[in-house]
Amino acid sequence: MATIEHKGKSYEVDEDGFLTRGMEQWDENWVEFVKSVEGIGDLTDEHKKVIDALQEYYKKNGIAPMVRILSKTTGFPLKRIYELFPSGPGKGACKMAGLPKPTGCV
Amino acid sequence: MPKHNTPMLDELEKGPWPSFVSDMKRQAEKKPEVWDILGQLERSYEDKITHWKHGGIVGVFGYGGGIVGRYSDLPKQFPGVEHFHTVRVNQPSAKYYSTKNLRQLCDLWEKHGSGMTNMHGSTGDIILLGTRTEHLEPFFWDLTHDMGQDLGGSGSNLRTPADCLGKSRCEWSCYDTQAACYAMTMKYQDEIHRPAFPYKFKFKFSGCANDCVAAIARSDIAVIGTWRDDIRIDQAAVQKYIAGEYPSNGGAHKGRDWGAFDIKKEVLDLCPTGCMWMEGKELKIDNAECTRCMHCINVMPRALRPGLQQGASICVGAKAPILDGAQFATLIVPFMEISEENDFESLTEFIEKVWDWWMEVGKNRERVGETMQRVGLPTFLKVMEIEPIPQHVKEPRSNPYIFWQEEEVPGGWERDVVEFRKRHAA
Repeated sequence: MATIEHKGKSYEVDEDGFLTRGMEQWDENWVEFVKSVEGIGDLTDEHKKVIDALQEYYKKNGIAPMVRILSKTTGFPLKRIYELFPSGPGKGACKMAGLPKPTGCV
Repeated sequence: MPKHNTPMLDELEKGPWPSFVSDMKRQAEKKPEVWDILGQLERSYEDKITHWKHGGIVGVFGYGGGIVGRYSDLPKQFPGVEHFHTVRVNQPSAKYYSTKNLRQLCDLWEKHGSGMTNMHGSTGDIILLGTRTEHLEPFFWDLTHDMGQDLGGSGSNLRTPADCLGKSRCEWSCYDTQAACYAMTMKYQDEIHRPAFPYKFKFKFSGCANDCVAAIARSDIAVIGTWRDDIRIDQAAVQKYIAGEYPSNGGAHKGRDWGAFDIKKEVLDLCPTGCMWMEGKELKIDNAECTRCMHCINVMPRALRPGLQQGASICVGAKAPILDGAQFATLIVPFMEISEENDFESLTEFIEKVWDWWMEVGKNRERVGETMQRVGLPTFLKVMEIEPIPQHVKEPRSNPYIFWQEEEVPGGWERDVVEFRKRHAA
């Protein structure tokens, strides 16, 4: 377990930089921090839309949505999601949204 | 990093088989972190449990897969393997290399990683074992810019396709497996690098039914070469086998005395359909009854060859046991022409039709073989717009739970019980 300090706030993260306590610790300051490490340029409404969609789905269903569902709910094709989040919906967007680390045969 | 005591691993340096322990010790002289791999492995031998933490999500920008993140759960004792990520590098079709290419790759991996590899992973990739997160982007930069090579696949996407060596050095290959594998790999780069599927998906290409890349068992779409005209027979060569001038099976059984070659016992009587016989000195094959199992051709490669109308059978749905049990791929298209001239058009059409459907109806982490099981083969064939044929089944169903479409049944499903009661009082 490591701790990340950003603008006076500290976050508990795992080796891959995912929030260990998930959305409980999540805030705008965390978004700003992830932006700086995940190769994301200016934060736009489109980023916000993806994050909102992920959080909403997670709160309702207790899992991250499948890529296809994320594309459907946001209206962004996968290509656009990678333009917004260069490391992709899992490592990029889920990390930024404070969702738990993707698991399985990745 | 210091050496660790490895009494159990040292035992594995004995015996005639190439010892991975000796190899690793040699590498450790150059890359001291390898001592920590040995150290942690020895600990696992003692404790009988893995010392890698659960999961790991690392990668390079632009891609959603290709690198398998891994961290030691004993980073204090074995700092050399605190990070130990695995990089999958897409291999050339059928794994032909030049030493120049391999040397370059080794230099790159010694610069950025542990120098340890797996040649190759089961799916086909060159596996580079063990590096730290901060090395991933620099390694990827050098790999793409200096070597013109790319990562392989991982995650819920198209994994790295693989093939048997095909026409490059096998007289039985019924299509160019290497060309097909390469073409599909290039065509579907997006699907390889950015997971967009319900679950993983694999292609494998075998030139004939011997299936040297095990496509039938280890790929979601297996392309297995075959022919549909007659087996080509060289009668003079058949006689040479009978006379013992040519060794059967290319000499594969010469380690033991099996007696003189007996064509009746070893070929005719073993043919699964019994469609072969001798007429005097002539070998005859009733090709209409031949299932192209390859046995006679395997036994007498200098006398028998696949026919000239070549193509492939397409089978779908193989998977390992999780969740619903292991499956081999099931035959969907008995014969498809696989031609480089038209950019493998029929094959790509087939692939994309499967994907369009599975991406829509496949559940989270459901392999296509399980989706097929769930909806049933008839439904799958319908979405694929393929007419059901007897070749689609090994045997017809034995249970009578048969669904009919409403339009197939005169009168449909709307019935009035009052009408029924007029003829049958309660």
